[in-house]
Amino acid sequence: MNKSIKKPVLAVGPFHPLQEEMEFFQLTVDGEIVTDIDVRISYNHRGIEKISESLQFDQVPFLVSRICGICSASHPLAYVQAVEDIAGIKPPERALYVRTIINELERIHSHLLWVGLGGHFIGYDTVFMWAWKYREPVLDLLEEITGNRNNYGNVKVGGCREDVPNELVPKILKELDQIEKKTDMLTKAVLDDPVLHARLKGVGVLSKEDAVKYAVTGPTARGSGLDIDVRRDDPYAAYADLDWNVIVQPAGDVFAKAVVRLLETFESIKIVRQAITKLPNGPVAVEVKEIPPGEAVGHVEAPRGETFHYVRSDGGNRPVRHKIRAPSYVNVPSFKASCIGQHIADVTLTLAAVDPCYSCTERLAVIDRHDKITHDYQALLKLSREKTALIKKELGLPGIKTEDLQIG
Amino acid sequence: MNQSELNNKLAQIKDKLIAFEQPAANRIYLLCESENAFVVNRFLFEQVPARFVIATGIDSDNCFEIIYHYSYDQTGCVINLKAFIRDRDNPSIESITPFLPAAEWIEREIHDVLGIDFRNHPNLKRLILADDWPEGVYPLRKEVKK
Repeated sequence: MNKSIKKPVLAVGPFHPLQEEMEFFQLTVDGEIVTDIDVRISYNHRGIEKISESLQFDQVPFLVSRICGICSASHPLAYVQAVEDIAGIKPPERALYVRTIINELERIHSHLLWVGLGGHFIGYDTVFMWAWKYREPVLDLLEEITGNRNNYGNVKVGGCREDVPNELVPKILKELDQIEKKTDMLTKAVLDDPVLHARLKGVGVLSKEDAVKYAVTGPTARGSGLDIDVRRDDPYAAYADLDWNVIVQPAGDVFAKAVVRLLETFESIKIVRQAITKLPNGPVAVEVKEIPPGEAVGHVEAPRGETFHYVRSDGGNRPVRHKIRAPSYVNVPSFKASCIGQHIADVTLTLAAVDPCYSCTERLAVIDRHDKITHDYQALLKLSREKTALIKKELGLPGIKTEDLQIG
Repeated sequence: MNQSELNNKLAQIKDKLIAFEQPAANRIYLLCESENAFVVNRFLFEQVPARFVIATGIDSDNCFEIIYHYSYDQTGCVINLKAFIRDRDNPSIESITPFLPAAEWIEREIHDVLGIDFRNHPNLKRLILADDWPEGVYPLRKEVKK
């Protein structure tokens, strides 16, 4: 007899149209407590590593920029850094600054996107709407510089495709001031809100030991007290010339990850402001002829963590092997440590805290031993929101309908 | 540890390696035969200790290569351990997942796409290939057309 059939199973996934990834989580539950987790990925496997072997070196950045619509500056940058390492190419100074600006604008919009979705999951829909509204001008700036809101395709071997026009500098500085003000308001609303403290603290804890064992990266690692950041540890682009801080929080819970992302947004604003002020004159690309045989790695701190590319060349015009590791590939399996022992009402949030995983929740369903769906996505979202409402009641705060006051 | 202390530390496992290459101060390549990969990996993760990044499986002309990438974040040094699997007919290597859970997925992935057996892997089922993908077809092998 198959023992696993007798255990109640919570099926999370496999598809969510809003997010870039599709995943399927199968949670074994005892009552409302999660006792085991199994993950299935690759519903949307596109064979990009194989396709890359059939493209020329200068075509690959446009391919890898499409790995993820949100991190579409980080992947090509990691790739071109590897190729530049093989060929010994030094991009011009201005190109390094332009790369920094594009990558930090990307981090700002990605972190704001996460804050919005996080708010949505606990029933703070105003946070959702506001965060996404403040994110919009960042996408507009990216469009003005590169021609695209996402999939910028702005980086190429030897430099950048599009320059940041000098005429645009005052506008970018003005927008940054606005974004900083709005982010400041959002951050204070989160840090001062007793409901969010009660709802997010101690939930989905990933200990420092587990963070090392699962080799997580980015805000997931920094929220568990690991002081790592590729931008500082192995500097690329113009990061070494600029003054900024790595944000680390020791608690490992959802709250810590939220704080890391919010505070990092300010650091990113600081970086873009400095880079745009110090922008050196000159060309943004050098001419590239042949890529010699060799191998190299390139890595970049994407909004979700380290993006890692390995490229090998045999002297032809295409890579013979191109390995790509996106940060979620190591962050997702850490759920095995952070979800076990959690309440079902906290699972959506714990999965969401790592930031790849809204993909799971649209089709979230609890299945009992007869394979009958007992909780669908709406019911689980309701569970999560009811818990928030309960905390508000216990704290003697206004009910869910006047929640807008909380972030005013 | 600074970079030269790291280099000295890595010298402790020299007898397990075929070669030690350092094309740049913070880029190190360690070459070894597949039988020694487990010991060297364990040394890198537990003794150095370095952060596991990912592994790359490559179908080379006369062997398979697995490159285990580590990052030593204090100096920003990327340490690449290259293990050669010479037996092309029955390629296999010891799994590092028992002491390094972060490697579980990538070993399953390399098993899927290159058909390399990871001995003592706790859960070597399919990760990225579809359920109806034919057995014995490994998409990243050179004989599979692009």
